[in-house]
Amino acid sequence: MSTFEFKTPVTDEDIRKVHIGDVIYLTGDIVTGRDDVHHRVVIGGKEPPVDLKGKAVFHAGPIMKKISGDGEPDKYKVISVGPTTSMRMEKAQAEFLEKTGVKIIIGKGGMGPKTTKGCVDNCAVHTIFPGGCAVVAAEEVIDCEGVEWLDLGMPEAMWKLKCDRFGPLIVSIDSYGNNLIENNKVDFNIKREKALEDLKGKLSYLE
Amino acid sequence: MSQDMPREKLASLVASFMSYSAGHLPDDVKLRLTQMSEVENEGFAPEIYKVMKKNMELADSLKRPSCQDTGIPQFFARVGSKWPYMDIVEDALIDAVKEATAKAPLRPNAVEVFDEKNTGNNVGTHSPWIDWEIVKDSDQLELYFYMAGGGCSLPGFSKVLMPLEGYEGIAKAVFEQMTTYGVNACPPCLVGIGIAGSSEVAAKLSKKALLRQVGSHNPNPKAAEMEKLLEDGLNSIGLGPGGFGGKLSVMGVNIEQASRHPATLAMGMSTACWAHRRAGIRINPDFTYDFFTHKGVVL
Repeated sequence: MSTFEFKTPVTDEDIRKVHIGDVIYLTGDIVTGRDDVHHRVVIGGKEPPVDLKGKAVFHAGPIMKKISGDGEPDKYKVISVGPTTSMRMEKAQAEFLEKTGVKIIIGKGGMGPKTTKGCVDNCAVHTIFPGGCAVVAAEEVIDCEGVEWLDLGMPEAMWKLKCDRFGPLIVSIDSYGNNLIENNKVDFNIKREKALEDLKGKLSYLE
Repeated sequence: MSQDMPREKLASLVASFMSYSAGHLPDDVKLRLTQMSEVENEGFAPEIYKVMKKNMELADSLKRPSCQDTGIPQFFARVGSKWPYMDIVEDALIDAVKEATAKAPLRPNAVEVFDEKNTGNNVGTHSPWIDWEIVKDSDQLELYFYMAGGGCSLPGFSKVLMPLEGYEGIAKAVFEQMTTYGVNACPPCLVGIGIAGSSEVAAKLSKKALLRQVGSHNPNPKAAEMEKLLEDGLNSIGLGPGGFGGKLSVMGVNIEQASRHPATLAMGMSTACWAHRRAGIRINPDFTYDFFTHKGVVL
């Protein structure tokens, strides 16, 4: 396991250095995007209003607070921003990578074979920020530079965040087609069958 | 006392109760997480538990919701038959949701179905969802507020088994759900199981099971045994914190049951993530209260 410090724009060369189980701390531009953003870009065919090339997309729906006064340009502060379940974006993630040039996906839980192939084809990685740790993450955001597609509502909008050493981001899918959580699931399934086998005859409450 | 007074008092108290519980886990959950972190000393687990602990500390010191997903608001109300403010409870809870959403702040999560628009204040059609029970001979309002996020709601399901599939059929369905969806639901989870005669009763009981303390036992000895067997079985799979693998999988398994039909064995399953923001309060007619899930906290 190695630890990497990356800055956006992240390059293909950066991405090729990392493997599943490595940890990344990312400085620079992270943009939130989840179900509705993926739907709008991939299924709806709309151009994303933010240039995402070399940046990170964060599967997250933050709590934001407006801090600008009346008559001032809108300014927001991040209150709480943790990862959401990445698997929900499985259907659209690979095409999203291809359309946007995103290099790092940040979320929680694993993603499936379609995204794994997408990471190989587009030289990208999927990473996991510890779930439920949204205040730690908020404290690693230096600034919110604005928001796009706010019509989707606060959780679904694209929030443009400047981050400092954002992490730990544990690499769960690398650009070589390895998938950490899928590997874990193989092990979990073997142990599950054994656990169910051990339960046989112990839950015979029917008379 | 004017008619509005109790509504305002109740709304303000409940809003404070909601805001506090968004940033602070109940005592039993914190204790179990500490116990689990002491066992998990290999792989990614220690680092994950370290970040979890730091997050709880920061949420407290910065007075922020500990997770950005503060759930779709749900109340479980046990109303005493002699509670004097029946007429205003529902309105006060709706007021409280609006107030807490603005002040905590909570994430606006209520999306109107078909219109597909977020209402912006967590109030919408049947939102907050309120589950009512009447407690006879009591003059108190006992209120549970539970912030179930999307991630830990995804593994939820209910179905009706044929009785000959037996209790092993329930175990199999739960174990399969935990090794697929459970990995994404911010483990270590608390697993709630309902067993009944129809799917909606089983589903509701599975959620009520999550309102019971971590480490509590079903009063029926066989049910308590099943809770222990499933907990041990799930722990032997070793999902670890965040699904990265470890020595343990779950904070516990709680089962609640209702009589079943002779021809059906219905089961429901709900999961609570490690950040199980369950809060319970007993409110007296004079609005003094016992915040019993978070001992010693003054709102």
